[in-house]
Amino acid sequence: MLKNRFFATLFVFMLLILSACGNTEPDQADAKEKKTEPKAEPTELILATTTSTQDSGLLDVLLPIFEEENNVKVKTIAVGTGQALEMGTKGEADVLLVHAPKSEEELVTSGDAVNRKRVMYNDFILVGPKDNPAGVSGEDINAAFQKINETKANFVTRGDDSGTHKKELGIWTAVNIQPSGDTYISTGQGMGASLQIANEKNGYILTDRATWLAQEKNLTNLKIVVEGGKDLMNIYHVMQVNPEKHDMVNSKDAEKFVEFMISSETQDVIEGFGKEDYGQSLFFKYTE
Amino acid sequence: MELIIDGLRKAIEMILTGDREILEITWLTLRVCLMAILISSLIGLPFGMFLGLKRFKGRKVILTLINIGMGLPPVVAGLWITMLLWRSGPLGHLQLLYSPTAIVMAQVLVSLPIVTGLTSSAFQQINDKMLLQIKALGATKIQTIMILLKQTKIAIVAAIMAGFGRVIAEVGAAMMVGGNIQGDTRILTTSIVMEVSKGNFDVALAISFILLTVALLITAALTMLQQRKRLS
Repeated sequence: MLKNRFFATLFVFMLLILSACGNTEPDQADAKEKKTEPKAEPTELILATTTSTQDSGLLDVLLPIFEEENNVKVKTIAVGTGQALEMGTKGEADVLLVHAPKSEEELVTSGDAVNRKRVMYNDFILVGPKDNPAGVSGEDINAAFQKINETKANFVTRGDDSGTHKKELGIWTAVNIQPSGDTYISTGQGMGASLQIANEKNGYILTDRATWLAQEKNLTNLKIVVEGGKDLMNIYHVMQVNPEKHDMVNSKDAEKFVEFMISSETQDVIEGFGKEDYGQSLFFKYTE
Repeated sequence: MELIIDGLRKAIEMILTGDREILEITWLTLRVCLMAILISSLIGLPFGMFLGLKRFKGRKVILTLINIGMGLPPVVAGLWITMLLWRSGPLGHLQLLYSPTAIVMAQVLVSLPIVTGLTSSAFQQINDKMLLQIKALGATKIQTIMILLKQTKIAIVAAIMAGFGRVIAEVGAAMMVGGNIQGDTRILTTSIVMEVSKGNFDVALAISFILLTVALLITAALTMLQQRKRLS
């Protein structure tokens, strides 16, 4: 009946694909079982967090420890803090690790987030072109923003409602300037991509130190111009999404995750992270 | 230039040393993309054939919709699937968001119109006289379909290849509905985006070479199938 060899071949090809698709599952299950012995199927926990914790590599170090201890599979969704918080208000995530204290408080007030705990900090820095056209330096971030605005130097903004973007807007508000015009470049992208753009466009940009250190090698036109002011502290909090307000939230593991993040063992791991590669910590202990 | 050579070297190194993570990512990419194109073909080929041969009311409307669908931006598909699969969405109880199944769904959504549309174009080109002749010679329905399939073979494989090209190149939807979760929904394209945002251009380039190799191998296999001389 199958006169046509071509369709026979196509048919066999598709069957092969199907069997390949079918076969992988047990294979993987086998591999997993070998690793973790006869444990129960791990539960899933959705962590919505900022790009900085993922791009810096911190989560790659922390999550395996947590997953191993609690038999949980953590699904990390690394987005801007704005989106992470929105996932919290919609109940799309179980636990949040973010850095925009003011917006976080709104979530606690509205009852979408509970059990909010301070975890760690690092700092924001202002980086800019090596020739420093606006001539900014020192610790005073407000003065630096004013100078950049006066000299009409390029300034690159995330423009994505992230924690860093919110911080930047806070500084502009503090100095009473509404940034606009051709020299205010809004990327709408993550920290790494925005740094790249600042590098190409000779712009100033506010960044967290962790991402800067991780990417410095590619950013040959930029250097740190302002750092160290106490306004520049970047504080991270972890919190659970309120299970009473949202269905299907995995509150059991979320609570464990909050506990895990503020435990002293984890705090030591956090502070030790980055010392080997960068000669300094990227994040510092900061529990309440 | 140096970066490209570095990237190539890294890609070869990753493959030769059997970098476990990259192998898993490649394997997942293959599974997801082949699954998606398989589903699209199983639905799209018969549907396209039907649309190409039958004339009925509303057919032009359907064809227009399919032709628009061919240009459906993957992020739009991703957004729709995301909203559908949200915990608060209509299919939330299935808990499919951020799973490979969700990626397959989004990829089917963007590749199905391509497979259907191109298949229907192929069948629309079949000469009416030929259809009459086949009928006159007393062919059964199945025989007719087999003859027509033979006639349109090249176009059908082209439709599958175009659909496959779409799914393997796709990144926006996979990022949204998959979430680029390590060891779970991270595929080659989303890893490239992530490595770029981490500033690891050499790794990103290496992965891009691996992606191109995979695409090349599969497209080559399909092209061979397409270009083979008929042996009957």
